[in-house]
Amino acid sequence: MSPSPQPFIAVQGVTKRFADRLVLDDVSLDIYPGETVALIGPSGGGKSTLLRSINALNTIDAGQIKVGEHVLAGNGASLGQGTIVRQIRCVVGMIFQDFQLFPHLSALDNVIEGPLRVLGWSRDKAVAKGRELLDRVGLGDRSQAFPDQLSGGQKQRIAIARALAMEPRGLLCDEITSALDPELKHEVLEVLSDLKKEGMTLIVVTHEIGFARRAADRVVVLCGGKIIEDGPPDAVLGDPKSARTRQFLQNVLA
Amino acid sequence: MFPTLRYWLTLTAVLFLGGLVRTASVCAADDPAYIERLRQRLSSGILKWGGDAEASAPYQLRDPADPERVIGFEVEIADALVAEISRRIERPLKAEFVQYNWVSLEPGLQETKDFDMILAGFEKNADNTGRVAFTRGYYVYGQQLVVRADETRIKSLSDCVDMRVATLAGALSDRILQEVGVKQIVGFDTQVEPYRDLELGRVDAALLDYPIYTFYAAPNPRLKAACPPTHQNTYHAALRLDDRDLTAAVDDALSQLMIRGTLRDILRKWRLWNADQRGLPDGKHREAELLGLGFDAQGQPVDPATLPPVQEIPRDMIAESSDHWTFDVYFPVLLRAAGMTVQLTFASMAVAMAIGLLVAVSRLYGPAPLRHAALCYVEFFRGIPLLLVLYFIYYGAPNLGFEISAIPAAILGFGIVYAAYEAEVYRSAIESVPRGQWEAGRALGMADVQVFRRVIFPQAFRTALGPMTNDFVAMFKDTSLVSVIAVQELTKEYLVLARSSFKFVELGLLTAALYMAMSIPLGYLSRYLERRWGPKR
Ligand SMILES: Nc1ncnc2c1ncn2[C@@H]1O[C@H](COP(=O)(O)OP(=O)(O)OP(=O)(O)O)[C@@H](O)[C@H]1O
Ligand SMILES: [Mg+2]
Repeated sequence: MSPSPQPFIAVQGVTKRFADRLVLDDVSLDIYPGETVALIGPSGGGKSTLLRSINALNTIDAGQIKVGEHVLAGNGASLGQGTIVRQIRCVVGMIFQDFQLFPHLSALDNVIEGPLRVLGWSRDKAVAKGRELLDRVGLGDRSQAFPDQLSGGQKQRIAIARALAMEPRGLLCDEITSALDPELKHEVLEVLSDLKKEGMTLIVVTHEIGFARRAADRVVVLCGGKIIEDGPPDAVLGDPKSARTRQFLQNVLA
Repeated sequence: MFPTLRYWLTLTAVLFLGGLVRTASVCAADDPAYIERLRQRLSSGILKWGGDAEASAPYQLRDPADPERVIGFEVEIADALVAEISRRIERPLKAEFVQYNWVSLEPGLQETKDFDMILAGFEKNADNTGRVAFTRGYYVYGQQLVVRADETRIKSLSDCVDMRVATLAGALSDRILQEVGVKQIVGFDTQVEPYRDLELGRVDAALLDYPIYTFYAAPNPRLKAACPPTHQNTYHAALRLDDRDLTAAVDDALSQLMIRGTLRDILRKWRLWNADQRGLPDGKHREAELLGLGFDAQGQPVDPATLPPVQEIPRDMIAESSDHWTFDVYFPVLLRAAGMTVQLTFASMAVAMAIGLLVAVSRLYGPAPLRHAALCYVEFFRGIPLLLVLYFIYYGAPNLGFEISAIPAAILGFGIVYAAYEAEVYRSAIESVPRGQWEAGRALGMADVQVFRRVIFPQAFRTALGPMTNDFVAMFKDTSLVSVIAVQELTKEYLVLARSSFKFVELGLLTAALYMAMSIPLGYLSRYLERRWGPKR
């Protein structure tokens, strides 16, 4: 895939502190439309914080983040409920490690909640879209099931369908298979591979080195709040430049 | 037809019937301006008077034959007074009895103005002089000391100093016992209990007003009077201080009732007439009043045979009335009271839920001042007795310029106090929803208000369902407190009926069953909803 000159997501000199702790230290990263980026690195390295910053779920202290034509400035000010924030969230969806489905709603109602309440679709249109998405993640027959009646893998696929219902151009996935048994991981990663084929931009925080090698266009290593490695999977995973990355890969693969 | 002519014709006819034509000249020419003011004052056509029919024979009591009706010698005096005033102003006027807790009668007259006159065995005392306007007296009574029939130690009040003596809490008899130096005074809220405890040996004597003795102790062979009545005093009607025209009208009407013998015959009918009544006549019609009350010019009682016959109320009316209180009679009364309990509970809970949610949300998401205010609300209303809040709203609000009637006051009182508990239930339920749910909602582009309404609140509501049902059931029972502000709910009605019929056990079990019938379905409903909606795992 040849990256187009205009990045879809541009992280520029972003710094983030929690109290005195520097969690993101002048991070810059361009992600182009249709790219699949695997974000890896040791625990506490700032991967989740970076993802959450892109989705405006936390503030940033310096730098700026562009998503499509929307710009988030980093002056530490409260993000509030500004329209920019909500527009960004409509452009990129986010999927969480612990699913966070709405337990009081059926699978279908989880999926159509966004289109109904945020996009203002008619119920018929939203339901049609919801059914199509449930079919796509292989759960067309479970539309009336409640989250507590579903397996972890099924829940995560519903969560992906819920994010896709907003018709985003990108998805932020934060260790979305970590809570799943190996067999169930597979069914979720399959869905991601399909999305990649359809041209969705994906940023995937993962400890699945195999998946990163197979599916990612690019692997980024975030460690101590800094990007210490950024390149094609073969290069980063096969022949890392820094000793820290080598050590990390040894630990993960051990 | 000239109204004045009709008036005189009517009056003359009445006087003939009463056999008292000789005193027909007492009604001096009325000042027309005064009559006009009186008409204005009574333009509603109703004179409301307050009393307590909770087993208060012979003052006011539920008619055993028809519990919807209130009878009693004061009821008859009120009706006669109103008829008299109606005649005088030549306008229709009706007396309407308002049921009130005896101890709350004065605030009911002054603060909430639920009625315009108290007629309930009120005597002048240090507490109320200067606060209400007393009319002239309508009955002279003494304090009657009663002991068990086999009692030999007690012959007078002074023998009671080291005994246990029962009385009505806060009544004049209570004060007299204190003055005499009785060490163990047992005060009750109604006049039924003192004699009951005396009979059961829980106290050694009981001191109560003579009329009470007449109906509750005299017919009872296990009790006897220890000595003749002492400490004579007078019952007066009481009105508001600024209600001068009406007070004067009641005074004049009382005089007429004395002159015409109406008061005498009411008292005779209720077995209350005695020689002490010679103390009532006063002022410029004193002689005519004395005659009308049944005394000669020297103040000696006339021969009863010369008086018109009256049908006396049976002496054992109270015991006998117990038989009238059958299931058919009391069940509908209890059922209606249960309906009031249900209404109160549902309305109060709705108020509590609405305010509680507001307070919980303010406490969780409001700006700092609002958060603190919400916390203060919770701490304040959880920390003070519900009873105090009820009193404050009902009797205090009119002082601050708000008029509020009993049922809205009860609903408001329960609502704002229970809101404090509901707020805490909702707060902890809202906090129990994982933070990730907020992020999941926000990540879909929902505004925080939407996330709260669509995601957080429905989950919190299900968690709160159980504790809410507990509060609901607790409130069902707590509503029994509202009798203090004159709302007639189930427990109050139980007490009234039980004291009238002496069927404490039978009625108690039935009342308990009614409470059960209300709270058990509620428990089922809650468990059903919890199963349907409850937190899923
Ligand atoms: N809300 C917060 N308040 C304070 N510190 C935080 C907060 N969120 C994250 N941190 C800190 O920021 C640092 C980076 O956290 P982050 O979750 O981004 O790491 P990560 O790379 O996702 O790690 P992992 O692989 O364990 O998920 C950690 O040291 C963490 O303790
Ligand atoms: Mg993380």
